[in-house]
Amino acid sequence: MTGELETLRKQADDELLKAETEAELQILRTRYLGRKGLITGLLRNIARVLPADRALFGKECNELKDEISARIDTMLADIAVSKKRKALDSERIDVTLPGRGIRYGSLHPVTQVREEICGIFAGLGFSIVEGPEVELDYYNFEALNIPRDHPARDMQDTFYVDENTVLRTHTSPVQVRTMEKRRPPIRILSPGRVYRRDSDVSHTPMFHQIEGLLVDEGITFGDLKGVLTVFLRQMFGEETALRFRPSFFPFTEPSAEVDIRCVICKGRGCRVCKQSGWLEILGSGMVDPEVFKNVGYDTEKLTGFAFGLGLERIAMLKFGISDIRLFFENDLRFLNQF
Amino acid sequence: MLVSLKWLRDYVDVDLSPQELADRLTMAGLEVDSIEMRKPAFSGVRVAKIVRMEPHPNADKLSLCEVSVGDASYPVVCGASNIRIGDTVALAMVGAVLPGGRVIGSSKIRGQISEGMLCSEEELQIGKDNSGIMLLSPDLPSGGELSESLELHDVVLDIGVTPNRSDCLSIIGVAREVAAITGRKLRYPLTEITEGNEDAAAVASVFIEDADLCPRYTARIIRDVRIGPSPVWLKNRIEAIGLRSINNIVDITNFVMMETGQPLHAFDYDLLAGGRIVVRRSRSGEVFISLDGKEHVLPEDALLICDGEKPVAIGGVMGGINSEVRDDTRTILLESAYFNPSSIRRTSRVMGMGTDAAFRFERGIDPEGSIPALNRAAGLIADLAQGVVCRGIIDQRPGDIPVARDIALRPEKVKEIIGTAVVTDEIISILQGLEMKVDASRDDVLFVTPPSCRVDIAREIDLIEEIARLFGYDRIPATLPLVSVISGGAGEPKRVAEEAIRRIMNGAGYTEAINYSFVNPASVDEMLLDTQDERRRLVKIKNPLSEEQSVMRTTMIHSLLKNVAKNNDLGQYDLKIFEIGRTYSGVDGEKQPRETNRAAFLITGQRYTQCWHFPEMKADFYDLKGCVENILDVLFVADISCRASSGEPFLHPGKSCGIFSGDKRIGFLGEIHPDVLSHMGLSSPVTACELDLDTLAACAISGKAFADIPKFPSSSRDVAFLIRREVDADDLVAAARKKDEELLEKVEIFDVYEGKNVAEGMKSLGLRFLYRSAEKTLTDEEVHSVHGRIVERIVKASGALIR
Repeated sequence: MTGELETLRKQADDELLKAETEAELQILRTRYLGRKGLITGLLRNIARVLPADRALFGKECNELKDEISARIDTMLADIAVSKKRKALDSERIDVTLPGRGIRYGSLHPVTQVREEICGIFAGLGFSIVEGPEVELDYYNFEALNIPRDHPARDMQDTFYVDENTVLRTHTSPVQVRTMEKRRPPIRILSPGRVYRRDSDVSHTPMFHQIEGLLVDEGITFGDLKGVLTVFLRQMFGEETALRFRPSFFPFTEPSAEVDIRCVICKGRGCRVCKQSGWLEILGSGMVDPEVFKNVGYDTEKLTGFAFGLGLERIAMLKFGISDIRLFFENDLRFLNQF
Repeated sequence: MLVSLKWLRDYVDVDLSPQELADRLTMAGLEVDSIEMRKPAFSGVRVAKIVRMEPHPNADKLSLCEVSVGDASYPVVCGASNIRIGDTVALAMVGAVLPGGRVIGSSKIRGQISEGMLCSEEELQIGKDNSGIMLLSPDLPSGGELSESLELHDVVLDIGVTPNRSDCLSIIGVAREVAAITGRKLRYPLTEITEGNEDAAAVASVFIEDADLCPRYTARIIRDVRIGPSPVWLKNRIEAIGLRSINNIVDITNFVMMETGQPLHAFDYDLLAGGRIVVRRSRSGEVFISLDGKEHVLPEDALLICDGEKPVAIGGVMGGINSEVRDDTRTILLESAYFNPSSIRRTSRVMGMGTDAAFRFERGIDPEGSIPALNRAAGLIADLAQGVVCRGIIDQRPGDIPVARDIALRPEKVKEIIGTAVVTDEIISILQGLEMKVDASRDDVLFVTPPSCRVDIAREIDLIEEIARLFGYDRIPATLPLVSVISGGAGEPKRVAEEAIRRIMNGAGYTEAINYSFVNPASVDEMLLDTQDERRRLVKIKNPLSEEQSVMRTTMIHSLLKNVAKNNDLGQYDLKIFEIGRTYSGVDGEKQPRETNRAAFLITGQRYTQCWHFPEMKADFYDLKGCVENILDVLFVADISCRASSGEPFLHPGKSCGIFSGDKRIGFLGEIHPDVLSHMGLSSPVTACELDLDTLAACAISGKAFADIPKFPSSSRDVAFLIRREVDADDLVAAARKKDEELLEKVEIFDVYEGKNVAEGMKSLGLRFLYRSAEKTLTDEEVHSVHGRIVERIVKASGALIR
């Protein structure tokens, strides 16, 4: 009888190896393990086994039964897994096709630069104030210590609306308007459009500036250096080298032009920095007492500094744009790059 | 301002390299824009003397010269006729390279050996004269390198002088700065002259009628001048800084102007009627021919220099052709005056004559500089034109030119402004280095008198700036201010609105544009604006760059349509753009126009960017309306309504609306009128919207309040209404909401249908009603009762049928 058991084991082994489908396995299960199956059949003949060997024979038959059952279970599980995988594989999509959805638009590079600058100064406690663009001569010039027939007017070619009204040539009139309305301490930032009668590769008749003003007791030129250093390092990187260079603006004294190390050539000298290794980035200075007098501030008690910078220039440096006119042509191939 | 270093060294020693000097000047406020190394275009040319000369044996027009360079002499064949034995000439030696690269070799000319070549000015590109061999000054030592003898090597700095520093519009002025920066001493040129016996006052007289325009006029008379070319040194000096050599007299006046900053003018005395100078205002309509030969009709109130009869110069701007120095001029009246800066500026502006003289006068010349410059020039004329200077100076000084004296300077204030203490001794030495007189007899305050040329210094703060810049900005430590706490920073409503718009429109795929604020005045016609429309009150620019940019815009839509046209030309048809900016319209009785902050949006072409999974669909009204709704939603604008027909003439009357918050009109939205499109050369439909940001911001609700999340389920009912086409959906919704039905949570339009199964002129509107109670779950009966009431109301109000 033990021989028959071995033969059956061998036969089951062969047949299981050949079985591939779930159905075939179910047939084999019935054939070997069913109530009328082959193993049950062997057990039925247990009477032919010597009584001494019966316990052992019974045990071996049950072991074979468990063994075949476990194998069939495993094989069925494998088939189920591979079937599922096949089904999923058949659902394959082309993941390289572009995604669905609306393409994000873009903000004008001038806006991006403006927001970055406003963000930095908001962190320093500056709030934003705006002023008129069609401005009175008084605010654009005279209150800023630029009288009529003064050569300093040559610094800015002006569009006139009438004798007393101009398109503002800078954002500085907002300084005066703010000081007329408020008492110190003052910490403001004023972005906006400005106009000069000029048009070529590096000039457009309209462009953007940001003006800053800080007035309080005890403000010094050292503070001007400190605040502008913080700003420029945040804007252009902590390692940015700066220099403050004496200059002239009618409404500040002492005045300083601020240069940063050329971002293109790192100071070695190139076309952008005209071989100087430096880029002029903003104008600044201590508010001239004459301006304080015009708004009725006490020049003995109060000091302050002002600064101004051109947004297009910064955007040109940041993005490597060489022609300023591109900013206002509104060619989508330009705008969509930002 | 161009500055020749060679010339500069006449007044101050400079040990620095040109680059170092440029850096130091720049860091002291005289920005050096460029450094130009000048060198001659030849090499191997030396100063030589003609020691022998004989005719060429084989050629009539050639001569055979022996030319000495000191230690050697060479045979040279020459064809020029202007040379004599003893002349000093330029010899291009064998091996010399001439401009253009020509190399001189030893040669035989008609059988005679020639070792070198005598050169003309033109051949060496020193000047334009090609009429003969260049004759050099006999003082030049033979054998010297010509380029060195003539000082042809030079470095020229281009300095951007700021408008306040008129004192630096002269070589001496720049030298003064260099002296102050480097601690060297400034050397002034000699102005001593030998006068003749004749009394100048007996020869000429000066009358100033308008002292306000001419507070000072000085003059000298110089007799027996010989007009001729300037010596090489003088030519070199003025040509190095870009002036053209004319004759010795004119060159001297230019030289002295550039040296001292005082403009001078030389008149031919014999052409001055009555030997008189009269200084007066012009009368309107006077005609004058300036020495460049141009005829001018003079503006009123220009300053004129006249003789006994007629104008002879536009004072401070340009002389006249009727009195200019000519080859046969014998007697000169030399003018050195101080003219009113504003007057000169007005005249030179109006007449468009920005001369070197006017540039200096209008910025303010040295009030004490007239006589030194007059004497300097007279001395040079005596020297170089063999003139005899008459005795005495004609000096009329009817006006007062303010000069700053004894300016109080508190060292404490210096610290207060720059933030770091500068010791008083250093303050004094900085100021003295700039030739200021400092009275330091008191402890707490210094009294400072600047040199008269520093017309920019009148106040304490002006002195502090001088101290700061020469102390060195880089030596002032950067500090952070100890500032008061200020409220603010929280965004003002308009800015909040702007930010929301940018965010939303970006997310919706719109690109931000920025257009010029000025437009073509024809734009209001293109936009079909009514004659009474406020947007026709254009703010005009008096001096525009072009007609296309001559008025300030009153609507942003036109700018965006222009952008469409431009991009269409570039083959870009699917556009979603927006702009945030201002419009400007004139207001009667106001000095300034009204500026309104606005946002404008535009969509045209395909709704979606062309992509594999989107169908081709033309963008329309509702695409843009969706974006606008988002904006109003995000800003919590209360009580929004879109009212049919915007009333805007440039919009399609059937596809446009006004946008309102309550009764306040925030803006408009609609398809652009086909007539406008065709005016502007556009073919595809365009939808646009313009919002008034100021009004929008005012309507936005700033405080957001949380509402409880509902605890009980809602119940919905769908109804399809059949109504006439021209009834708006809003009418049905409004009817539903008319009575305050507290159980009605929401009415949505889920379907709009026209076509098959719906009669012509009718449409079907599917409305979904959402009912909910805050207290309990509604029963069917409860919903049924309120729903029935509402539907009945809608039917009654709109004449709708239920499908």
